[in-house]
Amino acid sequence: MTSMLAADVHAVTTAADGGVLSYAWLMIALPLLGAAVLLLGGRRTNAWGHWLAIAAALASFVWAVLSLVQLLGRTPEERSVSVHVYQWIKVGGFDIDLSLLVDPLSITFALLITGVGSLIHIYSVGYMAHDENRRRFFAYLNLFVAAMLVLVLADNYAVLFLGWEGVGLASYLLIGFWQHKPSAAVAAKKAFLINRVGDIGLLVSIMLLFTTFGTVAFSPVFGAVDGAGQGVMTAVGLLLLLGACGKSAQLPLQAWLLDAMEGPTPVSALIHAATMVTAGVYLIVRSGPIFEAAPTAQLVVTIVGAATLLAGAIIGCAKDDIKKALAGSTMSQIGYMTLAAGLGPIGYAAAIAHLVTHGFFKAGLFLGAGSVMHAMNDEVDMRRYGGLRTVMPVTFATFGAGYLAIIGVPFLSGWWTKEGIIQAAFDSGGLTGQILGWVTVLGAGLTAFYMSRIMFLTFFGEKRWAEDAHPHESPTTMTVPMIVLAVGSVALGAVLVVNYTLAHFLAPVVGAPHHEFDLVHMLTSPYSLAALALMVVGVGYAWLRYARSEVPVTAPKGNFITVAAREELYGNAINEGLFMRPGQQLTRAAVAFDDHAVDGVVNGVARSVRAASENLRLMQTGFARSYALTMLFGAAVVLATTLGVNLA
Amino acid sequence: MDPMNYIVLAAIVFTIGAVGVLVRRNAIIVFMCVELMLNACNLAFVAFSRMHGGIEGQVIAFFVMVVAAAEVVVGLAIIMQIFRTRRSASIDDANLLKN
Repeated sequence: MTSMLAADVHAVTTAADGGVLSYAWLMIALPLLGAAVLLLGGRRTNAWGHWLAIAAALASFVWAVLSLVQLLGRTPEERSVSVHVYQWIKVGGFDIDLSLLVDPLSITFALLITGVGSLIHIYSVGYMAHDENRRRFFAYLNLFVAAMLVLVLADNYAVLFLGWEGVGLASYLLIGFWQHKPSAAVAAKKAFLINRVGDIGLLVSIMLLFTTFGTVAFSPVFGAVDGAGQGVMTAVGLLLLLGACGKSAQLPLQAWLLDAMEGPTPVSALIHAATMVTAGVYLIVRSGPIFEAAPTAQLVVTIVGAATLLAGAIIGCAKDDIKKALAGSTMSQIGYMTLAAGLGPIGYAAAIAHLVTHGFFKAGLFLGAGSVMHAMNDEVDMRRYGGLRTVMPVTFATFGAGYLAIIGVPFLSGWWTKEGIIQAAFDSGGLTGQILGWVTVLGAGLTAFYMSRIMFLTFFGEKRWAEDAHPHESPTTMTVPMIVLAVGSVALGAVLVVNYTLAHFLAPVVGAPHHEFDLVHMLTSPYSLAALALMVVGVGYAWLRYARSEVPVTAPKGNFITVAAREELYGNAINEGLFMRPGQQLTRAAVAFDDHAVDGVVNGVARSVRAASENLRLMQTGFARSYALTMLFGAAVVLATTLGVNLA
Repeated sequence: MDPMNYIVLAAIVFTIGAVGVLVRRNAIIVFMCVELMLNACNLAFVAFSRMHGGIEGQVIAFFVMVVAAAEVVVGLAIIMQIFRTRRSASIDDANLLKN
């Protein structure tokens, strides 16, 4: 099965027809050029810089659409197109081309990145209108999009790593965009450092691939996977998972995601929906053949996904900061995707479908949250909101569409794709499949609760506003992207999932769907009904707690689960206790060793030389006659020695 | 006459010169003692030349005389300068380099 799959997966054609596809690098070059112009152009570009950035992102999106059209014009077997750009590194046997791979998987990601990315660009014009560094902000957004496109369009792991690091850099710059706030600077540093931990995993796995296969290009590596030992593949799989955990904020490298909310809200939308966190899922799905050769690594992937799914949902249930609650939700939803990606070919298409719809509704939710914050003087505490649905009707409607989609109301986007994952989990069979399946069903209930909590606290109930709050609807540049995303949140799932359109499109890369599309089964399977029932329970409970009853402005103490969830399940405490403090002690010990042992030796040598010379100096008396005596004595010794040698 | 006597005489004169250099303070006397040592060497060279029937010893004695003459010129000039600046011909007073 695997080898058969490998055979059709790795039929890669090269683009020699001079069409849209052979200029696929333009997709990356345009936003990169935009970033370069804005960063190098300086203040002169202040007036029109943001429009240039939007134009670059939109042009890139148009190019991605044209590439998709061209791909659809080919037979499914010929839809993997390799585009050679130039030779990057050639040292001895180490030979890396900067070449791009345009295939159904990468073009799906490219469309999501450029499409949702462009909408976020447009939204930012309004959101950042009063920020004097708006030009720099747009430059970083363009850089982010370009780096993410390098990541998904790469044809080998080295180029993928280039994009991977680019994404890390851009996220650092954007999370710390308001660097005058110490909390933002610290959050940016934290995101950067935790991502470095994951990057080491990816880097070492690439090195392992090179030593095992002698190449890091996708198709030769995937073609040779069967011949390699299972131990090596397991190691590579686990290291790739470590990398994916860093970028996708999966346990145990999840801690940066909630702090990353310090960045401007469009950045959160970009990181959570279109770029960054999707990179880990992409890596796992792209490296599918490696994981299929390493069942242990696959199992670990599903466990990480399931654990993050629950942890993220629990954190989301307790946070009062609207952005942090949404961030917990992102962790949880990415957990769904990771879990599905760990199931193997049965789950890849489900993971990607959920990723795409999640990109839409999560971007919509974040932009909605940004719109609310914009109206409420940057207040983020949901206990200070309430009753906003009449004041901000557009935001309410678009946020509501995203909300209904994410909790899985039937026939909206989230339902189609989440059902796909639940079904794939149960279909994977065995006890593991049952456990994973019930985790995803439980997750659906938790999702309904925490999202309803956000919804009711923000838009329903009493007005608990601060004295000086005068909420108003956001400008058109902000509402239009929200409306587009809301339409996607409602309709996209049906477009992608009915008849498994997306799954069939992705089939050349991830394998064909395992059974026919069956809407009746999707609606009436016991698991689907259980998920629906839990959803209703979650919404109902949230209604009782946050809409029917009074919500105190200061958070009540809560039981121990609430306290733990507010503390992000002690993730930061664990990191600090296990890594930060021992690390600080290690550096302190190293400094002490350097000060006392290393410097002690060096200073000791200097001190003894000095003492010796102090004593030797006394031999120079300054009396010519004593020198004469010394010379005579020396001459006598030389003479005596010469005589002695000659006579002996 | 036994050339060995000249060698003994040279040794005695050299010793007198060396002791004079070491014990006397007056620069002029020290200088004269140095000349004594050089001349003792010359005497020994000539005596050895005579003993071995070679000419090299006598040639070297001439060289030594030339060097000694040059040394006298330079040395006396230095002593004169020191005497002019310090009103003393004692070599123990010339210790500027020590401080």
